[in-house]
Amino acid sequence: MSTYVEHAHDAHDDHEHHDSGSQTVLGFWFYLMTDCILFATAFAAYAVLYRNIATGVSGKEIFELPYVLGETAALLLSSITYGFAMIAGHKGNKSAVLGWLAVTFACGAVFIGMEVNEFHHLIAEGHGPNVSAFLSSFFGLVGLHGLHVTAGLLWMAVMMFEVAKTGLTGRAMTRLNCLSLFWHFLDIVWICVFTVVYLKGAM
Amino acid sequence: MMRNFRPTRLLWGLSPVVTALLTGCQGGILDPKGQVAADEKSLIITATVLMLLVVIPVIVMTFLFAWKYRASNKDAIYTPKWSHSNKIEAVVWIIPIIIVSCLAVVAWKTTHKLDPYRPLDSDKKPINVQVVAMNWKWLFIYPDLNIATVNQIAFPKDVPVSFRITSDAAMNSFFIPQLGGQIYAMAGMETKLHLVANEAGIYKGFSSNYSGAGFSGMKFNAIATETPAQFDAWVQKVRAAAKPLDADAYLALVKPSENNAVAYYTTAEPRLFDAVMHKYMAGRQSLAATDDELKLAALTKRLCATPAVKEQ
Amino acid sequence: MLLGKLTLDAIPYKEPIIVAALSGAGLMGLLVMALITKFGKWGYLWKEWLTSVDHKKIGVMYIAVAMIMLLRGFADALMMRAQLAKATDGHLGVFPPEHYDQIFTAHGVIMIIFMAMPFMTGLMNIVVPLQIGARDVAFPFLNSLSFWLLVSAVILVNLSLGVGNFARTGWVAYPPLSELGFSPDVGVDYYTWALQISGIGTTLTAINFLVTIIKMRAPGMKLMQMPIFTWTCTWANVLIVASFPILTGALAMLSLDRYLDFHFFTAEAGGNAMMYLNLFWAWGHPEVYILVLPAFGIFSEVISTFSGKRLFGHTSMIIASGVISVLGFMVWLHHFFTMGSGADVNAFFGIATMVISVPTGVKLFNWLFTMYQGRIRFTPPVLWTMGFMVTFSIGGMTGVLMAVPGADFVLHNSLFLIAHFHNTIIGGAVFGYLAGFSYWFPKAFGFKLNEKLGKAAFWFWQTGFMFAFIPLYILGFLGMTRRLNHTDNAAWDPWLYLACVGALLIACGIGCQLLQLYVSIRDRKQNLDVTGDPWNGHTLEWSTSSPPPFYNFATVPHVHDIDAFTDMKEKGEAYKVPHKYAPIHMPSNTATGVYIGGFTTLLGFALIWHIWWLAIVGLVGIIGAMLARAYDNNLDYYVQPDEVETIERAHFEQMGIDVDNYAERDADKPRRGSRPTTTA
Repeated sequence: MSTYVEHAHDAHDDHEHHDSGSQTVLGFWFYLMTDCILFATAFAAYAVLYRNIATGVSGKEIFELPYVLGETAALLLSSITYGFAMIAGHKGNKSAVLGWLAVTFACGAVFIGMEVNEFHHLIAEGHGPNVSAFLSSFFGLVGLHGLHVTAGLLWMAVMMFEVAKTGLTGRAMTRLNCLSLFWHFLDIVWICVFTVVYLKGAM
Repeated sequence: MMRNFRPTRLLWGLSPVVTALLTGCQGGILDPKGQVAADEKSLIITATVLMLLVVIPVIVMTFLFAWKYRASNKDAIYTPKWSHSNKIEAVVWIIPIIIVSCLAVVAWKTTHKLDPYRPLDSDKKPINVQVVAMNWKWLFIYPDLNIATVNQIAFPKDVPVSFRITSDAAMNSFFIPQLGGQIYAMAGMETKLHLVANEAGIYKGFSSNYSGAGFSGMKFNAIATETPAQFDAWVQKVRAAAKPLDADAYLALVKPSENNAVAYYTTAEPRLFDAVMHKYMAGRQSLAATDDELKLAALTKRLCATPAVKEQ
Repeated sequence: MLLGKLTLDAIPYKEPIIVAALSGAGLMGLLVMALITKFGKWGYLWKEWLTSVDHKKIGVMYIAVAMIMLLRGFADALMMRAQLAKATDGHLGVFPPEHYDQIFTAHGVIMIIFMAMPFMTGLMNIVVPLQIGARDVAFPFLNSLSFWLLVSAVILVNLSLGVGNFARTGWVAYPPLSELGFSPDVGVDYYTWALQISGIGTTLTAINFLVTIIKMRAPGMKLMQMPIFTWTCTWANVLIVASFPILTGALAMLSLDRYLDFHFFTAEAGGNAMMYLNLFWAWGHPEVYILVLPAFGIFSEVISTFSGKRLFGHTSMIIASGVISVLGFMVWLHHFFTMGSGADVNAFFGIATMVISVPTGVKLFNWLFTMYQGRIRFTPPVLWTMGFMVTFSIGGMTGVLMAVPGADFVLHNSLFLIAHFHNTIIGGAVFGYLAGFSYWFPKAFGFKLNEKLGKAAFWFWQTGFMFAFIPLYILGFLGMTRRLNHTDNAAWDPWLYLACVGALLIACGIGCQLLQLYVSIRDRKQNLDVTGDPWNGHTLEWSTSSPPPFYNFATVPHVHDIDAFTDMKEKGEAYKVPHKYAPIHMPSNTATGVYIGGFTTLLGFALIWHIWWLAIVGLVGIIGAMLARAYDNNLDYYVQPDEVETIERAHFEQMGIDVDNYAERDADKPRRGSRPTTTA
């Protein structure tokens, strides 16, 4: 008697362990798309409000392009170094992964440090988000990005810990893949921020 | 379980509708008293009829098919695998597309014709009224006649009225149903509305966007007078009250209050309306250049003295 | 400092109605807890339900929450109708304005976010993995987490009744009214945090189901061959993923305004309240399609099953749902035609809105032609479907009417609008979920619902709906606007009283449904669903037992066609006993979702009341629980073949299939479905 279920494993099982990684990455892509729309909302708010300077300053008066260039260099560099980390990861080179992740972390920390410094400076000089809609939307958009980068740094630290302790397991590689997507995504968002907010504002 | 009572059920379900149609729809948007409102009513009827062309057949077919193809009716054809027909697809896509296209043309035309910002076609000079929505009453300023009122406006019939509308409180919506459509009243912004009454009468006006505790009492009357002379008489009545609406009076008025009685003022500040708007626009534009704008900025500053917030 | 803004004054012990409501709810809660204790079921509850990652159990819990919130939202509705019936012509209403204004706000928020969304999510959870032949969703833990985030939000909303107050802004919370200046108390904060928390849960669910559908369909099931309910849920999930982040952004901006003195939407310092309306409705319009599309899918399943026919135009239905989804993103401005955007803009959005009626009409016709030349059985799900077809046609019509800007100018924010959206949400979404509830109840619980009471419930709802909402259309024509707490126009009174009658009729319908649950549970042994296929269904969920084993399918089916199970039955391939079973990989239960939900509740409450130290505790707890989960090595296990065989054998024997002598039976003969013993 024939049935259609002769195979000992059902179709699902064999693919299970490979698929769970690709499933996770696909799921993370969908999450990134929601994040993309969240940033789009913040950009839309900025576009609507950036001319509303009320009694405060305009972008031209507060954006310092050389400083922002420095931040940008740090962040873009961190993307490259993360790429090196992933290459090392695919080769199974644990110490190289940890090394490049550390460099990436450092660059990212520099970016955040510079941004916190910029915000602190602005607020201290009376150009905080409570002054005008322009400043609210500036701090909102750039701050949203900065919060994401900070979360990425925390995640990166946890990953460095995981890789150091348990090595480059399948689980670790899947997570590093997701973090990679996250980190590069934030890089792309920053390019948009740099262009739409700083370059456009300063010109 | 058989469904034998369909016709009765249908009637039972429709009885509220039937009752409704039998009572006179007095007052309200199906009882327009002005050209704008009349146009809006005929638009509603046109659109409804166009759509009933699809809706009625659908409802009829629902009952018809349910009855004819009920499981107990073994005489009816049964085609369990039939699930596609290009002809039917074509019809069910094309007919609604045609109807929607007709509606779209109607919508495009009427949206432009009934644009609240569009001045009405009339040989008469419009009466200008500035409207300030407050918590929770309406202030009306007649800049050309130097009068202002709370919760009451008047104008002669057949004379178009041009409204400039703002708010010194939360978002409201200025609405006189029997004369035409509504438009939002928003702080720091100006919206416009053009209405006309073609029949004398007293028409209800109110806010149709919830704005807080006193919202339900935010009502006013719009009086359309039979003759221009009656309107002039009303203007005189308002002037006789001789209460000037200066900055102090305005500040007193703007404090939160509910169910305000009708009040009459003479205007003491010609640019009060602009100043109310500019309260919220401080600094958004370049700094004042002319004398006039400096005076406006100073008045604006005065009006910012008290926040218009109700203590919770 | 220690308790932020929270003081004893936050508890409304001086308001008798609220005290009564709280006492009632508290007593019922205590009663339930006492019963659980009496029957010693705490352990069972924790192990089998609260920490479950099984989509079927999570789905049931979602629906339970939805039904509880239906009772609260409907209580709000009864209160509103009572108030408006009483507070006419100078009479005082039942409630003081500061209370009433919370009631209509809570009614909208609860019905949309905490009744309709969870109901839809629950049905999707129970059914979709079964329909595609999967054993669970892609991320079972995330599924549990989504549920507990919803519970966290539900707790906050209900807490607002007893601690502080809820928003008094209407469910849309437009600024400047929702800004600190006009709403200085915690009400709007309860609103924003409850919505943010549940919004995250919803977004995670959508991501989960999208990955599930892409990656976990049974072999042979091409995308276009997925069942129609799964397809409509897929479109809804696409809408969620695309639209919920917009709401997240809008509410975050409102919170920044309120907490940190930002100026996104304030009237002063350059904020723009109009932007809030744009952002809110850019989410808000897709939201209503998120609610109604799965309901459309349910109607498709129900009408094709009970007409004994294939769904007419399966492909056309999928495309029409897709068109509705895409267009649903292009029409949001019709919620504020009266904001003054200009004729060109208004006309564009109006016409775009009208265009949606084309694919919707196509769906209606496809349902009609599914009935055509079928053999229709008038079970409760079919009654709900037919009630929907009539009711939703009217609701859709009034919607297209309001899509004409010139008409909207006089109908916006009137009771006509209220009638329209209740018409489509009740007639469309709620009728759909109730149809789905009756339809899939046997699958979830193993016994059928009492049919007589089901039909009675339908008739009460249908006539109650007409009596409650047709008067509201008339009131809209008569010039009555929404959110009033008293009226003074004698011409409106008869319609307000009639609407009250309608609400009471619906209450009877709900009463019938509660009674139906009791009677059905009491009589369950006489109404068992032995085969798992009580309706002669078309799709894969009906090939499992009722309820399905926790792993859904012992062997994953191969699919060849739309209506996969009918195909199997006709080829004689249904109910085959396999030679042997393989180990099945299953996820383990976990309490992490419960813990994260708990910490989220603390975080939300702390943010609302400005108790900053508690907020940090909540946030640290969430991150800690996430990390603990990330490094938990006991996430899954294998069900061994002998356990699977025991379960499967029990099911086959219940159906009367002699497992041991199976080879002897005439297995070659094609059967519609081997059910040698009779079923109910």
